[in-house]
Amino acid sequence: MADTRSGQRVPTVVADGVHVTYTVQGAGRAGRGGATAALGRILSRTRTAPGTRTVHAVKGVSFAAYKGEAIGLIGSNGSGKSTLLKAVAGLLPTSEGRIYTHGQPSLLGVNAALMGDLTGERNVILGGLAMGMSREEIRERYQDIVDFSGINEKGDFISLPMRTYSSGMGARLRFSIAAAKSHDVLLIDEALATGDARFQQRSRERISRLREEAGTVFLVSHSNSTIRQTCDRAIWLEAGRLLADGPAGEVVDAYEAHTRKK
Amino acid sequence: MSTETLAPPRVHHPPEEDLRALALRHGLSVSGARPSLPEYTRQLWSRRHFITAFATARLTAQYSQARLGQIWQVMTPLLNAAVYYFIFGVLMNTRAGVPDFVPFLVTGVFIWTFTASSITAGTRAISGNLGLVRALHFPRASLPVSLALQQLQQLAFSLCALVLILFCFGVTPGWSWLLAVPALFLQSLFNTGVSLVLARLAARTPDIAQLMPFLLRTWMYASGVMWSVEHVLANNHLPHAVLLALECNPAAVYIDLVRFALIDSFTAAQLPPHVWAVATGWALVAAVGGFIWFWQAEETYGRG
Repeated sequence: MADTRSGQRVPTVVADGVHVTYTVQGAGRAGRGGATAALGRILSRTRTAPGTRTVHAVKGVSFAAYKGEAIGLIGSNGSGKSTLLKAVAGLLPTSEGRIYTHGQPSLLGVNAALMGDLTGERNVILGGLAMGMSREEIRERYQDIVDFSGINEKGDFISLPMRTYSSGMGARLRFSIAAAKSHDVLLIDEALATGDARFQQRSRERISRLREEAGTVFLVSHSNSTIRQTCDRAIWLEAGRLLADGPAGEVVDAYEAHTRKK
Repeated sequence: MSTETLAPPRVHHPPEEDLRALALRHGLSVSGARPSLPEYTRQLWSRRHFITAFATARLTAQYSQARLGQIWQVMTPLLNAAVYYFIFGVLMNTRAGVPDFVPFLVTGVFIWTFTASSITAGTRAISGNLGLVRALHFPRASLPVSLALQQLQQLAFSLCALVLILFCFGVTPGWSWLLAVPALFLQSLFNTGVSLVLARLAARTPDIAQLMPFLLRTWMYASGVMWSVEHVLANNHLPHAVLLALECNPAAVYIDLVRFALIDSFTAAQLPPHVWAVATGWALVAAVGGFIWFWQAEETYGRG
């Protein structure tokens, strides 16, 4: 446990009274009309235009995360876990409060850069570049990425377009690409639910190795057993508020007791 | 929800006023803050490999499901030219008074398409890639720049088709063809700048994407893509200033410069005065202004 380690603990992510709100376009809006309707909407556009709604997803969350910690984020659907993760990554601005980070936290979300029409091989390169790796780094780690994903275990699948992959194969390749880069702070959103048992085991090993490389890992998951096995600390969010923050076992116990009660 | 009544097991974070001090003591930086303009330019440069890889990937993914595959890269512009020739050359006969009408028309269509499709792509650069913007960290200008680069690659295919058509209609290559290189370079700068502007506008107001086809079509008809502005409008008794404005609009300038470079019968007399200065001016204003304006909203992209 990070708490019991000797020496001074080094914070990597500090959230100080963080609120995140965002506006949703197209809530209850009439169908998109032709050019004249569009013009009318643009001309009549005000700050709080009708058809947009403000969502207050995270309400005053504070915590400090330290080097070497793996922190699980738990809570029911829509409790603000993913939003908080995106705010830590600097991808959603905070409306109040601040998030301080050591280096650039990265969301394990390389899949957005990948293209189904391209071969797995080209997607490894494209994904690596999208994460900010250099061409040399990718060339060095290319074989590791392919081997870790296990894509080529049943034939030469890496040279086929990614759209021909099964969902499990795709998820494995995506995780392998994303985990190839060493991150100061790695944010994982529901990534471990995919893949077969053997791949899940390998993923857990990769995460603990990332932690040993003096990083901090945040993990959002609905699988309580994954949180127990992978994390040493857990943060429980409910309706955007921080309900509990402590050792993973205790927090997950309390969360399970709460979900059973409902 | 009755969560308020539930006793949390053990909340152990330091009091809130300590957190800021803790963060500053360890030299942490604020997440998601906008970098300075020089720093932003440096970051964009360090992502140049991503920008080119993304452009090429998009280009190859485009026709990967078609039977004929990459042949469509050349087929699409050729078919476009055929359609415009049928309507404007055969049905409406705007060819009157224009020597080498087919090369004139095809050059116009291809060069216009380069600007139009760059701008259309720029409009969707942020709003169409929200998944990417919300998942990964990179200077957002990479997206519009990359899409503009994709259109430049597409133009390379169109130019192959263009050279083919020019040969077929008896235009002979000469040293003046080299003038097309600086003209296309300036046009690319201009396109990228306008793409950056529209990417920011459409990121805030997605409705812009619905309006663009109408604006672009109006612009196309005003730029003399299918006819010579001079020949068609000369007898309409328009004031000289209007004619000059039409000829100095950026699309017309770049189209006429490439026509001047490629087609011998298109002479310097048909170009507006100080044409290279105008072309450079448009390119610099659009590129520098667009880049700075896009950067100013960097931290807001992908919000909501």
